[in-house]
Amino acid sequence: MTLETHPDRGGAGTPLLQAKTLTKHFPLGGGAVVRAVDGVDFAVMKGETLGVVGESGCGKSTTARVVMQLLPQDKGEMLFDGEIVGGQALTLKEYRRQAQMVFQDSYASLNPRLTIEDSIAFGPTVHGVSKAAAILKARDLLQRVGLDPARFAARYPHELSGGQRQRVNIARALALGPRLVILDEAVSALDKSVEAQVLNLLADLREEFGLTYIFISHDLNVVRFISDRVMVMYLGEVVEIGPVEELYGDPRHPYTKALLSAMPSMDPDNRTMEAPLAGDPPNPINPPEGCRFHPRCPHAQTVCAKVKPILATMGDGVRQAACHMQVPGSGHSHAPALEAAA
Amino acid sequence: MSTPQIPTPLVKIENLTVRFRGAQTVHAVNGVSLTLEPGKVLGILGESGSGKSVTLKTLLRLLPESRTDIGGKVSVDGRDVLALNPQDLADYRGAVTSMIFQDPALALDPVYTVGEQIAEAIVRHEKTSMKAAMARALELLELVRIPSPARRLKAYPHEMSGGMRQRAMIALALAARPKLLLADEPTTALDATVQIQILLLLRQLQRDLDMGMLFVTHDIGVAVEVSDRLAVMYAGQIVETGTVRELIRDPQHPYTKGLLAANLHGAKKGERLEAIPGAPPALTEPPDACSFAPRCKFVQDRCRAALPPAVQLGEGRVVRCILAEQALVAAA
Repeated sequence: MTLETHPDRGGAGTPLLQAKTLTKHFPLGGGAVVRAVDGVDFAVMKGETLGVVGESGCGKSTTARVVMQLLPQDKGEMLFDGEIVGGQALTLKEYRRQAQMVFQDSYASLNPRLTIEDSIAFGPTVHGVSKAAAILKARDLLQRVGLDPARFAARYPHELSGGQRQRVNIARALALGPRLVILDEAVSALDKSVEAQVLNLLADLREEFGLTYIFISHDLNVVRFISDRVMVMYLGEVVEIGPVEELYGDPRHPYTKALLSAMPSMDPDNRTMEAPLAGDPPNPINPPEGCRFHPRCPHAQTVCAKVKPILATMGDGVRQAACHMQVPGSGHSHAPALEAAA
Repeated sequence: MSTPQIPTPLVKIENLTVRFRGAQTVHAVNGVSLTLEPGKVLGILGESGSGKSVTLKTLLRLLPESRTDIGGKVSVDGRDVLALNPQDLADYRGAVTSMIFQDPALALDPVYTVGEQIAEAIVRHEKTSMKAAMARALELLELVRIPSPARRLKAYPHEMSGGMRQRAMIALALAARPKLLLADEPTTALDATVQIQILLLLRQLQRDLDMGMLFVTHDIGVAVEVSDRLAVMYAGQIVETGTVRELIRDPQHPYTKGLLAANLHGAKKGERLEAIPGAPPALTEPPDACSFAPRCKFVQDRCRAALPPAVQLGEGRVVRCILAEQALVAAA
């Protein structure tokens, strides 16, 4: 037998993945808790690439691990093509065939004692495919990620370069015929010239296999290039989601704005004159009350320290930001007037 | 300040070669020449294995001498760095040339407070009392704008955040008032909003203290923010040099062009990236042809036959590529 890709069940209008108030806390002992992911809501539509950006401790990697169910959530649930993940209709094992992940460290994520074709074939054999069929599939995938199977199939991970290993990891993720692939800083460790090759490959594979990507990266140029929509996280929460060009061109949350203006200038005649934020991103152990960004926000007012802003949908319906300045009647002096919203 | 009329270079490297001996010999640096004027910043741009960090480390003689063969000439502030005896080398390190690294957690000693480490460097070079050194250490923490500097003086490195540790390491590097600061990817491990703070700090300190700086990075944007001039390295050689403006606006070497395209700045969604195919060479042999030829889409037979010429396009503007030579000939 071979593994068939799962059919589309809910139709194009149903998001491939919907996360509802996903929460993951890590107790530290002594009552302290790392609130790594704190009530995160988002949806990934079929065939799109959702970029996820944010700095250390913002919860982007923990979100990815919960979405992959490598970590169980404390609260919240996920729907995959309309079915509850881990429920009756979609067991965890079935879900994991449909969602796969590629990590940053291409070497640590491969078994050093398996040849690369065995690594790629391993997953399908777990799901009941015969060894011979799985190896055949592995060689086909090697071809598709640009590694000649005759030369590479029998090699071990240490015999490959970083870029080649990451191609192997991508092939392995595809071996189970997934519909969702989570790329967690998957090109970040690669040299720029090799990174561009892998980004082209990811674009080709998305087309060829009809994939949906969640693309996590700290590199805002790469995210802009590959994403359809972008989600910005800060201290375990989503602060803004929107279509990539609108979000980059007109950021609505002050943190998104700060993050974008922290990008080094590529113009020698127009270098950055002032850093948008002072200090390091705080850690998510004791996040501030109200809006978590308020202690660093240039526009913070009384309401920001007291009331947690909701992730509000903007006028055009496709953008969301969690900022009191975007919510009519929030009590922030820059908020739009109530009449205007009606 | 030195008189601007006499451009005595602060750093002059001539035909530097660095070879690591071992089970396999690695030809890490293959004939690098560069100069740096006092008070100026040269960004050295390159990918893993291009020899940029090795070049930098040679300036402080940080490479393991028993396994390294170094050829060529390296002079800093009039000193022949490769000929310094151990005593002179110890005086030179820190006081003339100092270095900051990518990972401050490794560069700082975990068992001493930040203040003790900075004061130790001051006492070593300036023969002052520990008390006076501590007072100057406090000034240095203020200089690098660490909040609550008096308290941080008594802090251990692990008690500080990443950005603050990076500031402490910069303070330590400045302790003995160096004329040349070597920076080896000092912002690569930092978050975006912290990286820009450290870049702006380095830019300002370099100007205020009139230091020369060699800044090694793989990130073009970072290099543009801090540098006056750029040198692009590939396979242990400088393939192109010029002012930042010249390199960004008018790159000549196919590798520089490829790197700029791969930076994705301004790349349009849905377009294919013009990726440079293949991977850098392994450097087990010294180059006898253009090292970039196997990946270059403009490759000609001559590229594989001999080392490319260093084509001078202007004052301080050099490109190692026969295309540049052919363009010059055609224009003449």
